[in-house]
Amino acid sequence: MQTKKIINDGNRAVDEMLEGILAAHPRHLKSVDGSPRSIIARDGPRQGKVGLVIGGGSGHEPSFLGFVGKGLADAAAIGNVFASPPPDPILECAKAVSGGAGVLFMYGNYAGDVMNFDMAAEMAAMDDIEVRTVLSTDDVASAPRDQRHKRRGVAGNFFIFKAAGAACDKMLSFDECERIASKANDHTFTLGVALSPCSLPQTRRPNFEIGPDEMELGMGIHGEPGIAREKLKTADEITDEMLDRILDEMAPTRGDKVAVLVNSLGSTPLMELYIMNRRVKQRLDDIGVSIHASWVGNYCTSLEMAGASITLHRLDGELQTMLDHPCDCAMFRAG
Amino acid sequence: MTTIDTARLVAMFATIATATSADRDRLCALDGVIGDADHGIAMELGFSAARDAVAALDTGATDPTTLLNTAAKSFLNAVGASSGPLYATAFMRGAAAVKGKTTLDDADVVALFQAMAKGIQDRGKAEPGEKTMIDAWAPAAQAAGEALASGKSLAGSLEAAAQAAKAGAEATKAMVATKGRASRLGERSLGHMDPGAASAVTVIEAIRVTLTD
Repeated sequence: MQTKKIINDGNRAVDEMLEGILAAHPRHLKSVDGSPRSIIARDGPRQGKVGLVIGGGSGHEPSFLGFVGKGLADAAAIGNVFASPPPDPILECAKAVSGGAGVLFMYGNYAGDVMNFDMAAEMAAMDDIEVRTVLSTDDVASAPRDQRHKRRGVAGNFFIFKAAGAACDKMLSFDECERIASKANDHTFTLGVALSPCSLPQTRRPNFEIGPDEMELGMGIHGEPGIAREKLKTADEITDEMLDRILDEMAPTRGDKVAVLVNSLGSTPLMELYIMNRRVKQRLDDIGVSIHASWVGNYCTSLEMAGASITLHRLDGELQTMLDHPCDCAMFRAG
Repeated sequence: MTTIDTARLVAMFATIATATSADRDRLCALDGVIGDADHGIAMELGFSAARDAVAALDTGATDPTTLLNTAAKSFLNAVGASSGPLYATAFMRGAAAVKGKTTLDDADVVALFQAMAKGIQDRGKAEPGEKTMIDAWAPAAQAAGEALASGKSLAGSLEAAAQAAKAGAEATKAMVATKGRASRLGERSLGHMDPGAASAVTVIEAIRVTLTD
């Protein structure tokens, strides 16, 4: 049995989506001439500014190209569904946004992305563009605490890219942009839960099996198995279980300030996200942690997967300034 | 002694493309168990692109090195992912190993094959036993070299490679992944064949079929 999708041709899905996105957001986005999978901001890249190139596989919309715009990323390289882009479109992004001050590559920590972005960085170096890389590793479920560098990057990208984009937009030095990006990653903690699978446009088959009364804690945004398969619980119980693990890692003290992201993996509706967010607020109130800002909705999806993730971004003065810095992207605006 | 010319290499990519395409859903299903379920799609896309790119070359005016580099670039740009850099590096290393040759003899083909395996290992920074495609490629390359050294023909050497790849892929079921996307699974990756090793068996078998008279 094939899953139901509104598509024309599974192999054309990404390119047809990009055509639709460019048609919807002509004020914000354009593709690089001759490189349709390299999407750049119309406003933002400029001389003397560190360029910020993000990217990854498709199927996570509005990640990644929805966060391309003034004050955030300068460009996004677009891969096939759940697959890293190859080096060429990444290189074209770097060339298009380089302002002579260096280019920062930021993406989630996956083996494929690392190989392709590293190859692009080597090619950029031959064009005299200095590239540095900051990987996001916010998924607390994907490796033990002492191996944070092995963790996946998931919805926390939102805060990590936001901080880096602000630093770049403020015309800070390459060293400072890199430092702030890396610090934002260290301050960001995400955990997801999946209730039902997604299916790739090319196969239209569920990409994993899960019982009607089950949930998977810690599942990745490509359906990678998580840390535990459990019976489906109530929203408060699920939120508590996720927050317990996140707070254990983040180790907040009373008076700390955080930003919150409650993110849908695709088909979980806002109603359920807000029920979770209500519990997040209660729990943080209980331990004296204040919420500076919250986002609830689709920020890093996994096609039509049901489930959600919670991200806490622990703020200090500097990260709060970066978070509050205005940005104007196709699918996200702040300040 | 077998002589492999550029036209035969074009045929080889066509055979690999057909084989990986036929294998697509099995590979996606294997990947779905421990990864993100797209491996079959990437292999089909990559080898279809390589097949089309090398088919467009003028075989009379193209040497094996140019053909393999063309295959590498088209595979990479069609796919990205993990398999893109890994197979692209394999073909670029293979291309370098046979530089200057217009046709390939038995030893050249085995050298090409071994360079491919080395390229995959270098790019992926994986060692045997980490539950990746290298668990099929490394024993296959070693078996091909040993068979040739013991006086076997190209057919015999590639037969040994295909057998070793199969055994290597089978052995990944008993391994815990420490590299690649499945590495976050730890013990839960036990009991499942690595999809990259499974597709390596398909690719190596297709190479054997086309390069053996």
